[in-house]
Amino acid sequence: MTAPVLEASFALNVALLLMLVVLAAAVVWTRSLLAAILLMSVYSLVSATWLMVMDAPDVAFTEAVVGAGISTIVALGAILLTRGEAVRVSWKRQVVPGLLAGLVGGLLIYAMSGLPDFGDPASPANSHVGRAYLETAKRDIGAPNVVTAVLGSYRGFDTLGETVVILAACIGVALMLGFGPRATLAPPAGAPGDHHVVLRVTAKMLVPLIILFALYVQFHGDLGAGGGFQAGVIAAVAIILHALVFGLRETTAAIPPQAARAVAALGVVVYAGVGIVCIVNGGGFLDYDHLLTPQIEAMIPAGLLGDPDKPHHWGQYFGILAIELGVLMTVSATMITIFYGFAGRTIDAIAAELRR
Amino acid sequence: MLIVAGVAGLIVAMSLMIVRAVLGPSHYDRILAANSFGTKTVLLIALMGYLFGRPAFLDIALVYALINFVTTIALMKFFRYRSLARPLAVAGGEDGADG
Amino acid sequence: MADALFWIGGGLIVAGAMLSVLGAAGVLRFPDVYTRIHAASLTDTGGATLMLLGMGLLGPFGLITLKLLLVWAFIMLTSPAAANALANAAFGSGHRPRIGNFQIMGEDKATDAAPESAGKERA
Repeated sequence: MTAPVLEASFALNVALLLMLVVLAAAVVWTRSLLAAILLMSVYSLVSATWLMVMDAPDVAFTEAVVGAGISTIVALGAILLTRGEAVRVSWKRQVVPGLLAGLVGGLLIYAMSGLPDFGDPASPANSHVGRAYLETAKRDIGAPNVVTAVLGSYRGFDTLGETVVILAACIGVALMLGFGPRATLAPPAGAPGDHHVVLRVTAKMLVPLIILFALYVQFHGDLGAGGGFQAGVIAAVAIILHALVFGLRETTAAIPPQAARAVAALGVVVYAGVGIVCIVNGGGFLDYDHLLTPQIEAMIPAGLLGDPDKPHHWGQYFGILAIELGVLMTVSATMITIFYGFAGRTIDAIAAELRR
Repeated sequence: MLIVAGVAGLIVAMSLMIVRAVLGPSHYDRILAANSFGTKTVLLIALMGYLFGRPAFLDIALVYALINFVTTIALMKFFRYRSLARPLAVAGGEDGADG
Repeated sequence: MADALFWIGGGLIVAGAMLSVLGAAGVLRFPDVYTRIHAASLTDTGGATLMLLGMGLLGPFGLITLKLLLVWAFIMLTSPAAANALANAAFGSGHRPRIGNFQIMGEDKATDAAPESAGKERA
């Protein structure tokens, strides 16, 4: 990078961090929880942009789809079950939490002085395991995106744990809020001039496009930023858009809550199943080099991915593809189930109100 | 140099949008500011791809545009109807008679 | 040739950024929701068009151009739809414009007797 680009990146850092501070202060200051949710969504967008300036596109991707997208919608669903205003607390009850928060903040600032500089080549992250991954990923795994190689193959067991955690979150939310709608209501009584034809037409065009884009993100993950997690969230966002515009009844007719549940569990089965197949074929758990038997590997044409002269790691390639599919299934189905839980619950609340 | 000027302009516009999002006064003003802020973020990320020589940023710009739209619709629907589950009416009052 | 393209593209990017700043100033200064929506949605689509066109002239022709076209199509599709839905929802929930005469179908009086604009005279 040349000097003006570095200066511009520094100025961008300062501007974005200032925006973050202002937004965080506004979130604390506002009494309306709805405004706080909206500002948090903007906060996520800014922090994702900032991660992009720090050259971490995979993290920025996740922050954008999860922080600005899904958590905003889930927080809105949570607000439906409670009040929209923060309660005023007397200052006496704020002293101890304030002191605690100040103490932790002070400790964090103190600890920050011990961190290595940004981009320091001698820092532990750059000198030990990180460098080893960067040096060996191309030779061992053959995936151009090192992040995907680390998450999917080197740390495949950790990622399996994360997938199980997501399934656990799905089960927890579903147990508390129910698996989906228990009652349905007609569309709201329209006020004069209250029609959404434009929105319905746009949504009808967008839903398939978004799912197509999710598939692109899924299969592009070993080349660039993206992967099963982000693709799953994007696919779930498409379904949520459909539910928002056409109503939960229509969406559950297309994707029943039972199906979503089943797919969420099936994703973990696919992921763990790849590991079991590796064991059966004589390797360790999730050791993709043993995923395919030599007979099957001999049947794959060498030019399947273009260049036939390059050495290929077909086991690694198909292993990462399969576990990403499992992650996609679990993540998208979990997000849909959580949305069904929150949105279906509100129908219940409204129905109860009407009965009263 | 011109790209840096474009980035600076977008940053100024985003800051003004944050002021409107914080001030309100109504929730629709806030949603409007958040939506417009999101569009400017998309442009900023695309420009940053050119500034840093990383054209792969365009994929992420596309994701931002998409998430921004869905979030706007969710917020709008929530503030207007207090529900995430009801369908949006096709025409005023016509099919909402029993609702 | 390449030099001319660079200057044209850069100029378009700066023009788009200026349009965005103007729109943001409008969002900050205009009196009610509807005028603000007008300012934001027009300058969003216009600024995006100018900037993405400029980027297309700057960058190498090919896959990047296609992606820029996709981003542009997406913004042109979603931004007006969101603005329309927003104005619709604001009107349905009782906000009335502060500027100009208007009449609601089915209502006899053309006023701005809205909770939001109470106490403010029509300009």
